[in-house]
Amino acid sequence: MFALSSVLLPPRALAEHTHAPLTSIFSPESTPAKSILDLSTFVLVITGIIFVVVVTLLGYSILKFRATSVNADREPAQVYGSNQIELAWTIIPVLIVVVLFLATARVIHAIQDAPEPAGAVEVTAIGHQYWWEFRYPKLGIVTANELHIPVSDPSNPTPTFLRLLSADTDHSFWIPELAGKTDLVPNHPNRMWIDPHRTGIFLGQCAQYCGTQHAKMLLRVSVDSPQDFAAWVRGQQQAAVQDSSAMAGRQIFEHTACINCHTVSPTPADGRFGPDLTHLMSRTTIAAGAAENTPENLRLWIQNPDAIKPGSLMPAMKLSDADLDAVAIYMETLR
Amino acid sequence: MSSDAITIQGLQVQEKPWVDTLHEWVTTVDHKRLGILYIVYALVFLLLGGIEALIIRIQLMHSHNNFVSPQVFNRMFTMHGTTMIFFVVMPVLFGFANYLVPLMIGARDMAFPRLNAFSFWLSAFGGILLYFSFLGGSGLYGAGNAPDVGWWAYAPLGARAFSPGHSSDYWTLALLVSGFGSIGTAINIIATILCLRCPGMKLSRMPLLAWLNLVMAGMVLITITPLSAAQIMLLIDRYLGGHFFDTQAGGSAVLWMHFFWIFGHPEVYILMIPAFAFLSEIIPVFSRKPIFGYPVMVAATVSIGLVSTSVWAHHMFTVGMNSYANSFFAITTMAIGVPTGIKIFNWIGTMWGGRIQFKVPMLFCIGFLFQFLIAGLTGIMQAAVPFDWQLSLSYFVVAHFHYMIVGAILFALFGAFYYWYPKMTGRMLSERLGKWHFWFFLIGFHLTFDVMHVPGLLGMPRRIYTYEPGRGWDTLNLIVSIGAFIQAIAVLVFVWNLISSYFKGAKAGNDPWDAWTLEWSTSSPPPAYNFATVPIVASRRPLWDLKHPEDPDSQYE
Repeated sequence: MFALSSVLLPPRALAEHTHAPLTSIFSPESTPAKSILDLSTFVLVITGIIFVVVVTLLGYSILKFRATSVNADREPAQVYGSNQIELAWTIIPVLIVVVLFLATARVIHAIQDAPEPAGAVEVTAIGHQYWWEFRYPKLGIVTANELHIPVSDPSNPTPTFLRLLSADTDHSFWIPELAGKTDLVPNHPNRMWIDPHRTGIFLGQCAQYCGTQHAKMLLRVSVDSPQDFAAWVRGQQQAAVQDSSAMAGRQIFEHTACINCHTVSPTPADGRFGPDLTHLMSRTTIAAGAAENTPENLRLWIQNPDAIKPGSLMPAMKLSDADLDAVAIYMETLR
Repeated sequence: MSSDAITIQGLQVQEKPWVDTLHEWVTTVDHKRLGILYIVYALVFLLLGGIEALIIRIQLMHSHNNFVSPQVFNRMFTMHGTTMIFFVVMPVLFGFANYLVPLMIGARDMAFPRLNAFSFWLSAFGGILLYFSFLGGSGLYGAGNAPDVGWWAYAPLGARAFSPGHSSDYWTLALLVSGFGSIGTAINIIATILCLRCPGMKLSRMPLLAWLNLVMAGMVLITITPLSAAQIMLLIDRYLGGHFFDTQAGGSAVLWMHFFWIFGHPEVYILMIPAFAFLSEIIPVFSRKPIFGYPVMVAATVSIGLVSTSVWAHHMFTVGMNSYANSFFAITTMAIGVPTGIKIFNWIGTMWGGRIQFKVPMLFCIGFLFQFLIAGLTGIMQAAVPFDWQLSLSYFVVAHFHYMIVGAILFALFGAFYYWYPKMTGRMLSERLGKWHFWFFLIGFHLTFDVMHVPGLLGMPRRIYTYEPGRGWDTLNLIVSIGAFIQAIAVLVFVWNLISSYFKGAKAGNDPWDAWTLEWSTSSPPPAYNFATVPIVASRRPLWDLKHPEDPDSQYE
């Protein structure tokens, strides 16, 4: 157990120096993840002690009580049991269990029953096969796959409270550095909260098997400074840019099946089955993190999604090259 | 196996044509033959499930690997889990129970021999149904050809909207059919133990193996029932327009989870308790001492059986139960560590002061003790609910339960094979090959499953067919995969040992291990009627009493 945690320490040290995005549960950056790590360390120490004690007893009996050529022909003393000893190794584990349970119950309550403060940011996260929809009901924002939240200064906390819903199958929201995971279950709204203590990108992914492309349902949380977050909110609240140079692409977009699933507000495109594209270019990835948001990837994704994410529910659009170029140019104007 | 000439009390039986032999095996109601059928059947499925595991491990050797498509990968882990639980470990344990329980309690057969045969063939057809899905599961165009919903088939993935075609119906039917088989066997084991013990064998003198299988059979009756009910409800949803689990129409996904895990967690103990039973027979014989604390071992088993029916929702800590429910299932889960701990201490107590002989069965039992300890401790970690919010659904959990099922149950099973193979076939398994098997398997096991904990702690979820580079998971996964292949080599050594020793192994004689329970008092393999005269026992170790008339156990009762 201890060997295990020492293996995991280097990435933690790395995180402190470079702020590289990591997904280790040993580098918490938010109150829930920190209190989980404190409890985990306590449990690891207790189980580590039990491990050492029992392995010592086992190892000693293996080494000490081997049959040798001297004694092999005689049977050892036939001992049937000992009430005192058996009582002892019943009571001690009971005490350990009581201690572990009390420590556990305290942390369960502290994380799960934490009240929502007035200044909290509210986000509704909706799991879809195989992408994330994020809605900010108070701010009137709808986005996908990349969650933006403000950093929470411990002296003036601005935690983010997530309401977790599912549009289809079960999913699970897991950013190891920010909190433990909570499932998104249809007809069973859940809640969780995070209060990141530093800015940066935090990664995670869907943890509950949800179908063919469970593996490429990645999560990306951008923790912004209050100023950056305010700027991002203002940007997302704008209507879609109307760029006359991309009118051809927009027409194709609006006359094909694209608008059945995608929204570009305030145009006639108001589908809700796929991600909202109003500010597509403000995101760094497409296809729920499966590819970087570059013009080439965008073209490939529109033409043949299976090349990036086989089994994704986005159909191949089979556009002519000219139409594909036009739609891609239109997408690139949606800043 | 029976085409050899068999000698029964000086009477020479003529060698029969193979068709007759086959006919005898198919129509047999003998508990020993059915036991062997269960075991051979499980070994075939072990190889199938093992191949599926290797496909999974090849795909995960490095990030963005393209060995199989996501669809195939999802079928592989679904089939691997379902196969290993329902068609390998359960039948092989039922096989040993079938073979050993009547012999150890001095009975001539199970209580209901024809029910026994019926149960076996139900389970056998269940497995065939599951694998037939590879050929006949399509049904609709575009549907998969084997179930891909995961071995617990969480709603609504199993609903028709998300699982069109018939592949998941084969999964449902396979579990339903083999579940009825399991219930039949459980009734049979209970009736046999309660009604057919030989004269003098009070419950308090019964070998622990019989006691533990009695508890296991009771748990099967309690827990297979909700599983079967849930499968029927799922079929009603899929074909009769029901909405139990159909969330699109207001059904409950969480209800399925409760149904599944109130089966699924006791199931772990249904598999584990017979493994405990093997240890409780093998460790005393190779330590040359009686089991330490027999009454406490029985009490601990019964309490594990009872408590295990109240821990199921620890599989659901991330589902969003309230803090009181989470706390309740934390304490019940931790509490089960107490009787389990007692068992570990009592096995060590049995070895303590003994003269331990490190024959292959004992080596596997010691491996069990070490790995079961670690698996228990990682289990305690996951009972600490907030810790589980990080560990659950990650590779840490996968490592934990493979530690239980491979590191503990499979090790105990290998021990049981080496220990009772001489009784079943009349020939010893090779000790030399057995040691190769043990060490290869031990090394492969630890390479795979020790290392597998780490990617889970580094944020790798389970059931992903590929993963992103640069997260520190690549090297770890490569090591895990290499270990899997070393285990595969060890299993091949084992299979080779089973086959070659059957023809060339040393003759076993009645009692090769100088053991104390009744199965060693009859010939190897035992005649169809087991005992020429029904034995009469006066203590827990009837053969000890015979071998040590100057100091029999019976004088201490």
